[in-house]
Amino acid sequence: MSDLTTTDAAELGRLLSGGEVSAVEVTRSYLDRIEAEDDAIGAYLHVDGEAALRTAERVDAARAGGTATGPLAGIPLALKDVVVTEGVPTTSGSKILEGWRPPYDATLAARLKNAGTVLLGKTNMDEFAMGSSTENSAYRVTRNPWDHDRIPGGSSGGSSAAVAGGLAPWAIGTDTGGSIRQPAAVTGLVGHKPTYGSVSRYGLIAFSSSLDQAGPMTRTVLDAALLHEAIAGHDPLDSTSIASPVPVLAEAARRGAEGGLSGLRVGVVTELGGEGHTDGYDEGVLARVAEAVALLESLGAEVRHVSCPAFDLALPAYYLIAPSEASSNLARFDGVRYGLRVGDDGDRDLDEVMALTREQGFGPEVKRRIILGTYALSSGYYDAYYGQAQKVRTLITRDFTSAWDDVDVLVSPTSPTVAWPVGARVDDPIAMYAADLCTLPASLAGVPAISVPCGLSEGLPVGFQIMAPALADDRCYKVAAALEAAQDAARGSRFLDQLTARPAGSAA
Amino acid sequence: MSSTTDRLVDFDEVLTRYEPVFGLETHVELGTASKMFCGCATTFGAEPNTQTCPTCLGLPGSLPVANAAAIESTIRIGLALGCRIATWARFSRKNYFYPDIPKGFQTTQYDEPMCTAGHLDVEVDGETYRVEIERVHLEEDTGKNLHVGGSTGRIHGADHSLIDYNRAGIPLVEIVTRPIPGAGAKAPEVAKAYVTELREILVALGVSEVRMEQGNLRCDVNTSLAPIGSLEWGTRTETKNVNSLRSVERAVRFEMRRQAAVLDAGGTITQETRHFHEDTGSTSPGRSKEEATDYRYFPEPDLVPVAPDEEWVASLQAALPELPAARRTRLSDEWGISPTEMAWLVNAGAVELVSDTVAAGASPADARKWWLGDLARRANDTGVELGELAVTPKQVAELIGLISAGTINDQLARQALDGVLAGEGDPAAVVEARGLAVMGDSDELVSAVEAAIEGNPDVAEKVRGGKVQAIGALVGAVMKTTRGKADAATVKRMLEERLS
Repeated sequence: MSDLTTTDAAELGRLLSGGEVSAVEVTRSYLDRIEAEDDAIGAYLHVDGEAALRTAERVDAARAGGTATGPLAGIPLALKDVVVTEGVPTTSGSKILEGWRPPYDATLAARLKNAGTVLLGKTNMDEFAMGSSTENSAYRVTRNPWDHDRIPGGSSGGSSAAVAGGLAPWAIGTDTGGSIRQPAAVTGLVGHKPTYGSVSRYGLIAFSSSLDQAGPMTRTVLDAALLHEAIAGHDPLDSTSIASPVPVLAEAARRGAEGGLSGLRVGVVTELGGEGHTDGYDEGVLARVAEAVALLESLGAEVRHVSCPAFDLALPAYYLIAPSEASSNLARFDGVRYGLRVGDDGDRDLDEVMALTREQGFGPEVKRRIILGTYALSSGYYDAYYGQAQKVRTLITRDFTSAWDDVDVLVSPTSPTVAWPVGARVDDPIAMYAADLCTLPASLAGVPAISVPCGLSEGLPVGFQIMAPALADDRCYKVAAALEAAQDAARGSRFLDQLTARPAGSAA
Repeated sequence: MSSTTDRLVDFDEVLTRYEPVFGLETHVELGTASKMFCGCATTFGAEPNTQTCPTCLGLPGSLPVANAAAIESTIRIGLALGCRIATWARFSRKNYFYPDIPKGFQTTQYDEPMCTAGHLDVEVDGETYRVEIERVHLEEDTGKNLHVGGSTGRIHGADHSLIDYNRAGIPLVEIVTRPIPGAGAKAPEVAKAYVTELREILVALGVSEVRMEQGNLRCDVNTSLAPIGSLEWGTRTETKNVNSLRSVERAVRFEMRRQAAVLDAGGTITQETRHFHEDTGSTSPGRSKEEATDYRYFPEPDLVPVAPDEEWVASLQAALPELPAARRTRLSDEWGISPTEMAWLVNAGAVELVSDTVAAGASPADARKWWLGDLARRANDTGVELGELAVTPKQVAELIGLISAGTINDQLARQALDGVLAGEGDPAAVVEARGLAVMGDSDELVSAVEAAIEGNPDVAEKVRGGKVQAIGALVGAVMKTTRGKADAATVKRMLEERLS
């Protein structure tokens, strides 16, 4: 039997339902590897091996007893620490929530629990999901399994490092401006940001409410589709949840893997690395993306170049809207009801205790964004900043809408560069923000977008982004699966096998 | 913080120099079974923090879901006030830090409220005043702070503070008037009449219990003065948490007198929040804010806009109950009373009680007589509202029935009422148990009559001698020995028979 920690989740599901392996065996193999390697990788903030094994035992017992178990039962899983889990520490990467054990489960956590998945642990992240390298975590640095001196992307960098590094078969991430897609891209994973409103936000610690979406981070497109289906669907606890049936995604991925894309119209976005817009993009990234586009064409797709002028404004608009909402969402962390409380010595008054708590509890990037957002919403500045940014958001949505008249999907690099060295951008927030350049438009428009590996540059993974109209997530999976299948066939192996094949922690 | 040092101008004198303008913001806790944005119960008086959940505690990750019943109630209030109902309304976040708002913001409505541009006509001393309603919007209540260890119950000087989040998230409707000029000396009374009428409407709609003592209805009163003839209004103060009808009137009156003194002395009015003190009827400045708070309102991204369907709104309009003003007009006609007489009933809070008593079989005149007379006096003596007396309209009707049937007289009825109020049962049962029925031409009465004649030979002689008025003393004596149970007319007849 092959190493269970490099097996994809769909395959693990087959092995488990066929009785070829037990949930305990699978879980133990992941726990062993976490034990051995997570000190070096730093993917997890919290691992409870005993709880995981107990869950695995229950699944095995249910299966042995003939009790119906779903297709995901017994498959281990990692959750980004932004997902609220009952009784399991949840910090959102922040000291201000250190030690908080939530009294409830996020809707998606409950759905995955009910599906019989085994929670391995909670993964590291940029504090409150603010960042693109996971270096803004208040707890630890996470390393890219492809090169331990490089970042795993962010903010879902713990999840990306865990899955790429064999410390979890798959994981949940959240994406506000690219926080699933960019870490997936730089670690060689598939990461999908669903249509806004298609996965419940209930129990995701909010960063920017109008942008946050949870989604799958996996080793294959099919895995992503399976995990996405497990968490999707209307939730009465989330008013912004769309009341429509769970999309058929795994089937779309399977059909896509069969290869034919004839009739598919693919739009290559000029503003995202196209002619006249290559500043800041790695040549290697652009080359791999061009090869992927050519591959799609060879599969029968019709390729066009599409201009979306408002995409140039996505970055400033995003960095007004997201901090504005964050400044309000993070106001509840005041030391009154839960989490950190500083300076409550009986002499200081309430305002001082709140201020000290927030001063000590929040890291510098979080403070930066709270200040930005507070300013942007201020009376007298609202129209010029928040109001204008919302107008830009409308323009971006219009660019998408008019693009859909001509093409079925839009494609671009997922991130302008490959993973950069740890520390390289920590003192340059603007450079850090630029990592989100390609992922922001889909976030602002609420449309689905997937990142799928499309080769290596400097020995590091490059991600290819496929965006589709709202609620057409299945198109992302279909096209991504076709690309994945064609590349795997050409390579003769899965993308991540390239990582497994080489010595740990070193670039090629 | 004491306000006893405020100089005050005599109320009548204020009006010789200044014109008052006032306005009211009224907060009404809706009587929905669950909270505004979660499923928690809203029962008053529950153990602290037992009616809470992740959403109303503002736990990380929790999200709001708007209460459809609360939205419906808000629209019905808007319709009853003649408002325009928005076809597109949104919730907004009002951002500020305070421990009683668990999310660090209050979810409210800002520039896109549910209802706008309505009005309410109120009557004071036969004159009608139109109060323009600027807006009616929906928001959530805050938690309740309890400051322990200080002498004032305020945060200043307290040892520590406790917070009860049971109230956090209870749906709150805010009804905001436009500034109301032109009421002159009647301004305090118009303010009170407005809140009274609004309360009646809320009762009729059944959207809230509107118990002011439980904080279901809370008023903020804005008051300003301008020199008579001035084209501009003066700077206003906002007196918070004026929580009884009487206090609304007192707050306006006090602020007019206080502001006049400040202006007379050449001072200027500070635009500020002031506290109302129930005990002294005065106001004092609230916590001073160095600068105006910037609430950084923005549309609540966790909630979808409210877009009430026009047909639905029309059906709500059609299903509105008869509103108090229309009802009063109809009842005045039915009962044959004047608007002034109806106003007395309104002021006494007796319209519904009389109506229910009439419905239980009493004549309107008798029902009014009892509720405005004996019952009003008892309510006043014990310091409760008329409706809080331990007697139901049905019991009052029964009592009146017993009088009409001649079973008891008014005096006995008062004793029967004592029994009802003491919890001894319905009037008939009390009459029976206490033996209150009027005496017929019984042996007991005969001997009482004869005893009165024998015991007062002088008076008896006068009557025999033709001084018929003197018989009153003998009637009184009989009534005394029978402890009021005899019928005076019967006694008089029996005496006349014996002394003629």
